[in-house]
Amino acid sequence: MQKLARCLGALLAGLAAVLLATPAVAQGSGETIHGTLTYQDAPVAGVTITVSSADGEEIGVAQTAADGTWEVPVPGPGDYTVVLDAATLPSTAPGVARDTIETTVNSQQRKVVLFRVGPPESGEDQPSPEQTSPPGEGGEDQPPGDGSAEAEAGEDVTATAGNNQLLQLFISGLRFGLILGLAGLGLSLVFGTTGLTNFAHGELLLFGAVAALLINQAGVPILLAVLLATLLSAVFGWGQDRGFWRPLRKKPTGLIALMIISIGVSLFLRYLTQFIIGGGRETYDQYTYQDPVEIGPVFITPRDLVIMGICVALLAAVALALTRTRMGKATRAVADNPALAAASGINVDRVITVVWTAGTALAGLSGIFFGMIQGVDYLMGMRILLLVFAATILGGLGTAWGAMVGALVVGVFIEVSAYVVPSELKTAGVLVVLILILLVRPQGILGRRERVG
Amino acid sequence: MPDDNLSLTAKREAAVAALADVPREPGAKKPDPILVADDVKRHFGGLLAVDVDHVEVQRGAITALIGPNGAGKTTFFNLLTGFDRANSGSWTFNGRSLHGTPPFKVARAGMVRTFQLTKALSKLTVIENMRLGATGQRGESFWRAMLPFTWRGQEDAITERAEELLARFKLDTKRDDFAGSLSGGQRKLLEMARALMVGPELVMLDEPMAGVNPALTQSLLQHVANLREQGMTVLFIEHDMDMVRDIADWVVVMGQGRILAEGPPETVMSDHKVIDAYLGAHHDQSLAELEEQLETGTLAEEVAAELGQAPAEAVPVEHTGETKDGR
Amino acid sequence: MDWGNILELSLRELIGVQAIVFALAAIGINVQFGYTGLLNFGQAAFAAVGGYGIAVIVTTYDMSFWLGLVVGIVGAIVLALLLGIPTLRLRADYLAIVTIAASEIVRLVGRSAWGRDVFGGSDGITGFSSAFYDLNPFTEPFEFGPFQFRERVLWVLVVGWVLVAVCTLVVWLLMRSPWGRVLKGIREDEDAVRSLGKNVYAYKMQSLVLGGVIGALAGMVYSLFQGAMQPDVYATNFTFFAYAILILGGAATVFGPVLGAAIVWFAFQFIDLALRGAIRQDYIPSWFMDANDTGAVRFMLTGIVLVLLLVFRPQGILGDRREIALDAR
Ligand SMILES: Nc1ncnc2c1ncn2[C@@H]1O[C@H](COP(=O)(O)OP(=O)(O)OP(=O)(O)O)[C@@H](O)[C@H]1O
Ligand SMILES: [Mg+2]
Repeated sequence: MQKLARCLGALLAGLAAVLLATPAVAQGSGETIHGTLTYQDAPVAGVTITVSSADGEEIGVAQTAADGTWEVPVPGPGDYTVVLDAATLPSTAPGVARDTIETTVNSQQRKVVLFRVGPPESGEDQPSPEQTSPPGEGGEDQPPGDGSAEAEAGEDVTATAGNNQLLQLFISGLRFGLILGLAGLGLSLVFGTTGLTNFAHGELLLFGAVAALLINQAGVPILLAVLLATLLSAVFGWGQDRGFWRPLRKKPTGLIALMIISIGVSLFLRYLTQFIIGGGRETYDQYTYQDPVEIGPVFITPRDLVIMGICVALLAAVALALTRTRMGKATRAVADNPALAAASGINVDRVITVVWTAGTALAGLSGIFFGMIQGVDYLMGMRILLLVFAATILGGLGTAWGAMVGALVVGVFIEVSAYVVPSELKTAGVLVVLILILLVRPQGILGRRERVG
Repeated sequence: MPDDNLSLTAKREAAVAALADVPREPGAKKPDPILVADDVKRHFGGLLAVDVDHVEVQRGAITALIGPNGAGKTTFFNLLTGFDRANSGSWTFNGRSLHGTPPFKVARAGMVRTFQLTKALSKLTVIENMRLGATGQRGESFWRAMLPFTWRGQEDAITERAEELLARFKLDTKRDDFAGSLSGGQRKLLEMARALMVGPELVMLDEPMAGVNPALTQSLLQHVANLREQGMTVLFIEHDMDMVRDIADWVVVMGQGRILAEGPPETVMSDHKVIDAYLGAHHDQSLAELEEQLETGTLAEEVAAELGQAPAEAVPVEHTGETKDGR
Repeated sequence: MDWGNILELSLRELIGVQAIVFALAAIGINVQFGYTGLLNFGQAAFAAVGGYGIAVIVTTYDMSFWLGLVVGIVGAIVLALLLGIPTLRLRADYLAIVTIAASEIVRLVGRSAWGRDVFGGSDGITGFSSAFYDLNPFTEPFEFGPFQFRERVLWVLVVGWVLVAVCTLVVWLLMRSPWGRVLKGIREDEDAVRSLGKNVYAYKMQSLVLGGVIGALAGMVYSLFQGAMQPDVYATNFTFFAYAILILGGAATVFGPVLGAAIVWFAFQFIDLALRGAIRQDYIPSWFMDANDTGAVRFMLTGIVLVLLLVFRPQGILGDRREIALDAR
C-alpha cells in the first residue's frame, strides 16, 4: 500500500512537470460554444450571450465571467446562432462590431466564437476575426496551431483531423476509457469484496472533482490542488468505510438495503454539492484549454497525453499490486470468498478499508480528469456512474481486470459511435449495447457464472 | 423404537429383491429404471466436475449417492434437475428426455429436489411455504388470483393436505411462524415436506441430514424411509454411512465426477475403489471401520505417520503465517 | 412567518397531485421490489412511456386521446418485456442497472434533437390534455374548510385517487392470493420456488409488467395535470424518490406507498415553505442559502431520510419488524 501511494505521488509529480512545461490553451469533449470577451485587452464581464439552434430554438444563455470567458454547452453538432446582447455591455465598452454570429459546431467540438467589442458596424469590409474559421468538413483544413491567422486557437482537434476522424475518435475513446477504468476499479473492487453495488460511486468522482475545484478556487495552483484533492478523496474513502459502511456491515444489513442506502448517500452528496457550488458548470483555472500537438496521424493535447499516461501507469500499478503484493492477493482472496479468507487469517475488514481508500482515491482522480475535460458540475457523477456501471458489468462485476477491459470498450465505443449516432445519443447507444451484451453473455466479458444449490 | 419401523417392510423387500440380480458394477442396468443418465459431462474451466457414463435409478428403491467432498454429487443433481446446464449428455425420466428442460418443468414432471443449503422461504409462514409446494393451483394465474371464489375451494384442500404433512413432520405447532424463525433441522424437515406437496414420483434429497441434530436424525431417517412406503422413489446424497446403511437399498459412489462403484450398502462399503476415493491411498479396511478410526483420531496419527509429520502440525499453519502480516 | 398559511398549503399536498403520482409510481415498485424482490430502478421510464403515449398520439399524430391511453399502457408492457427478457434470468443487481440505463435511454431519446419531430425535444409536448378536461364534470370550485380546489385540479384529484384506490385494491387482492404467494416466494429464494414447479421467469415478468403499467399511469396523471410531457421530469431521481416513499411507508405493505407519498409531499412542501419563509425573514443568512437552494436541501433531506430509514427502521411505517429481523439471521 505504501508502495502504491509512493507510485501515485511520483506519477503526479511527473504530471506536474509535463504540464508546467506546456502552454494552456484549448480542447475538450462534449460540444460547447465558448469564447472570451475582451475590450482593449481587459476582460468584459456580465454580458449576456445567447445561443440558439438553426431553427431559432434557444439553447442556452451565458454571462461572461470576471475573466471575460463564457461558455454554452450545445446538444450536439449543428448550426447555431450566437447573439450578444449589446444592451448588457458595460458603459465603458462602446458596442460590438457584430452582435450576431452564425457558426457550425462539429461533433466533439468546443467551438470558439469571439465577439469584437468596439464601435458597431465598423468591421463590415474587414476580414472577420470575430468568427472562427469554417469548421473542418473536407481535407482542406489546416491543422490547428500552425500560425494561420484565420484558424483561431480552439479549433477542435477532432474536427480538424479531417480524414483521420475515426482514428481521432478512437484516441478520444481511449482517453475516455482509461479515465473510466480508474473510476471503475473502485466500484468493482468494492463490489467484489463487500457485495455492495454502490450507487454513490459517481459522487466519489464528484468529490474529487469538486475538492480540486474548491482548492483551486481558493488560490492553490491546479496541480497542487489535484494532489490535495486526490489525498482528500483517499481520506474520504477511508472515513466512509470506517465511519459508515463498516458499522452497517456489522449490523448486519442486507445487500439490497445497502444498495438503497447508497442511493440515499448519492442523493445527499450530489445535492450537497449543488448547495455548495450551485447548478452551473465550473472549470479549473488552468488546463481546460490547450493547443493540441500532432503525433503521427492524430492530434492530441499534451494534457491528454499526460492524463492517459497517468491512467495507464495507475491501472498497471493496481494490476501489479493485485497480483504481486500481499495486500493485493488478500484482496483477491476476499473477493473470491470472504468467509474462507477470514478463516485463513486474512483481516477482511482491513482489506475492505484499503479497497475503499484506494478505490475512492482513484475515483476522485478520475473525477478530476473528467473535470478538466468536461468541466465540473453537480450532475457529473450521476452521468458518469451509468457508464462506469456499463463498463464494470461488461467486464464482469467484481473483477478488476473486467473493470479495465470493460471501461476501454465503453470508452472507445462511446466516442467512436459519435461517428454514426447523433452525439447527444451516444450515451444511450452504449446503454443499449450493454443490454444487448447481457443478453448474450450475462456474466460479462470476463466474469464467471455462479453456482446453484 | 424407531428401529422397528426400519425393519424390512414389504416394499423394502420388493426393492431389495428387484436389485438382487443387478451386477455390482458402475453403470449396472436395473430391471425397472425411473431415471437413466448417459454421458453427462460438466466442465468448470479446466475442472471436469461431472463425467457420468451411465447410471440408472431403480423405481421404488431408495438409492444413496455418496462420494467425497467435491465429487460432483450436487453438480450432478443440478444437471439432472435443470438448475445447471450439462456440456453434453442425455437423461430420461420415466422414459421422457429431460435434457435442456427448465427446472420448473422437471419438478412438474415428478422429479423434485431439495438443496444442500436449505432454502426455507424466510418471510413466508410455515403453512404458506407448504401451500406454495402444491401444483396446478388455479389461484396462481394472474387473472383468477383477483377472483378469490375461483380458488378458495382448492386452497382449502391444499391447506388440509399441508396440515397433514406438517403433522407428520411434527411441524404443526410451527404452522403460523415465519419459516425464517425455524431451527436448521426444522428447516430441513420443512423443505422435505414442501417438496412432497408437489406430489413427486422421484424425490432427490441433497444431504438431508447435514447440520441436523443427531436427536432428529432418526426421525428424519424414518421420514425418508416412509417416502418409499408411499410409493415414491428416493435418490439422496449423504455423507453419513450409518444412515446410508440403514435405509439405502442401493448405493452409487461418485469420485472426481465419475461413478466409481455401485451395489448394496455392505458390498460398496468394503469396495477398495471406494475407500481409495475417500482416502486417496490403499487401506485394507471398510469405510465403516475408517469412520470409527476417524472419530477416535487413530487415523489422523496413521496418516500423519505416513506423511512423516507429527500429528499436531496441521497443514494450514504455514498458510496462516503468510497472510497474518499480509500487507 | 405565516405558519397558518404554510400549514394549509402543506396539508393540500397530503392529497395533492404529486402525492397521487408518486403513490402510483411507488405502488408499482411495491409490486416489483416489495413483493417480488425485483430491483426496477427504471420506474421513471415507465412513467415517461405512459406520458409520451398520450402526448405523442394526441399531439404529434393527432389521434384520439383514448388511443393514447391504450398506447401508453401497451408501451409500458412492451418496455417491461424488453427489459425483462434479457435480465430476469440474471442476478438482481443486473436488473437494477439495466433498468436505470433504460430510463436514461428513454429520457435521452425523448429529449434529443434527433427525435424532436415525434417527442418534441427537451421542451417536450403540450396540447394533448383537452380531451381529458372536456370530460370534467365539475363546473365550479370545491371548498372544504380553508381549502379550495379549482375545477381542473379537482378533476385530476378525483381521477387520480380513484386510480390509486383501484391499484391498491388490485394489489391487495393479488397479494393474498396464491399468485402473490409465488411472488413472495421468489423474493425469498427463486431457486426454491423453481424446484417446486413454478415458472419463476413468467411470474417475474408478470410482476414487472404489472408494476410498469401502474408506473405508466403515474406518468399519465402527471402529464395530464401539467398539460405537458417533459422528458426531464422522468430522470432517475423520479425513481429514487418513489423508492424513498415506498420504504418510508413500508415495502410489501398494501397501504405503505400511499401513506409514504402523502407524508413525503406534505413534508416537502412544509420544509420548502418554511425555509423560504425563514430566508425571506432573514432567519437564515443569505450567504448561507437563498430561495434557489431549497430544492437542493429537499433532495439532501430525501437522501438522509432514506439512509436513516434503512438503518433504523427498515420496515418503514407500516412494515412488520419481525420480517426485517429475519434478514439478519
Ligand atoms: N458454479 C461452479 N463454478 C465452478 N466450480 C464449481 C461450480 N459448482 C461446482 N464446482 C466445482 O465442482 C466440483 C464438484 O462440486 P459439487 O458441489 O458437485 O461437489 P459435491 O460432491 O456436492 O461435494 P459436497 O459433498 O462437499 O457437497 C467442486 O470441485 C466444485 O468446486
Ligand atoms: Mg454437494
